[in-house]
Amino acid sequence: MLSKRIIPCLDVKDGRTVKGVNFVDLRDAGDPVELAAQYAQQGADELVFLDITATHERRKTMIEMVKAVARQLNIPFTIGGGITEIADAEALLNAGADKISINSAAVRNPKLIEELAKAFGVQFVVLAVDTKHVDGKNRVHLNGGRLITELETENWIKQAEDLGAGEILLTSMDHDGTKAGFDCGLLSKINQMINIPIIASGGAGNMDHFTEVFQKANVDAALAASVFHYGEILIPDLKQELSRNQIPVRI
Amino acid sequence: MIGIINYGAGNIFSLTAALDRLNLQYGMVDTEADLEKYSHIIIPGVGHAGAAMEKLKDTGLVEAIKKLTKPVLGICVGMQLITEHSEEGNADLLDIVPVKTKKFDKTLNIKIPHMGWNAVSPKNNSLFEGVEDNTQFYFVHSYFIEYNPTFDIASADYGLTFSAAVQKDNFYGVQFHPEKSGKAGELILKNFSNLSL
Repeated sequence: MLSKRIIPCLDVKDGRTVKGVNFVDLRDAGDPVELAAQYAQQGADELVFLDITATHERRKTMIEMVKAVARQLNIPFTIGGGITEIADAEALLNAGADKISINSAAVRNPKLIEELAKAFGVQFVVLAVDTKHVDGKNRVHLNGGRLITELETENWIKQAEDLGAGEILLTSMDHDGTKAGFDCGLLSKINQMINIPIIASGGAGNMDHFTEVFQKANVDAALAASVFHYGEILIPDLKQELSRNQIPVRI
Repeated sequence: MIGIINYGAGNIFSLTAALDRLNLQYGMVDTEADLEKYSHIIIPGVGHAGAAMEKLKDTGLVEAIKKLTKPVLGICVGMQLITEHSEEGNADLLDIVPVKTKKFDKTLNIKIPHMGWNAVSPKNNSLFEGVEDNTQFYFVHSYFIEYNPTFDIASADYGLTFSAAVQKDNFYGVQFHPEKSGKAGELILKNFSNLSL
């Protein structure tokens, strides 16, 4: 049986993790390698690194970070942020990234999904979608939710699957930061439309929220940042709780 | 020392990083003569099986690999290459292990690719020494190797039962990625390096 995945997300700037963490036993909380190793040890199933200031000049720093993480980490990880062309993706692949996540660049040029899938396989291509409910419709947003697009979320995700996206990382802007739970309604709706794995993101505040999103929306994975970084939820506790609720997890 | 078949099918950074962490020595196999240098051989691989087979043919190593008598481990697409045929690209493969590589069927009500940690049931085999039943390994694939009790050394369930690992004589294959499967995966790599035939 396939387990449901728990994925901590780390924001990275200039090769350093930026969101505050209050793990004990960390010499340097800003060191992505040390933080990644800590999460792997706790039982995280996968990690996502988002380069929040990705520019071409800083790409080199990112590649060095990816290599350092790949040397240390014995679980898979995804890199997102600033990937606009095949060459970016190839450099990350060669540095040891298991998957890349694309967002704005795919909206501007949907063919990028197809090209990436063809070059590296669908398993390498995660489409990240930021969605917000506007005037009765789910609309795709860019730039961390600041820029609304013409695209309807359902249509865009379906199109991306057809183009060769191997996985969807769906963030609900309405729920993100609220700590009031994942957007189970939307996640469930999207999940039933597609035949590729979906990662739920946005709204995790407590352990019940994870149980709820797996039970109600049957998503393949759940991603969160602050609840893990600030130690509000410890991954071993979360996995025990999910297991008690009959959700298959890797312990 | 482990020799890694260097035929350009996918990235091997993660594999070499895992071997480094385990202090296992390795080198690259580019020519037939290189095969002699190593006691164990790994065939890595991700991506399209048919395309990977074409790349392997381009190295001119196919016949020499088939004749090997030292332990050989195919990983992911590298495992699929040692089977007789893949539905991916309708490709004839090395035909070392007489089983077929097939496409997961959407009608089984499963997501494709099969991506994530899946429980594995190993049989009593040296490659899985110390690995408990239902240990989880990390898989990423859309094609699977049909279950055949003669060659299966570890099975997994995803819509149907398939082979997570096979063996025929000195040839081993694992569908999951040991280099990404935490401590359990590292144990597999270690066990492989300790195999003697």
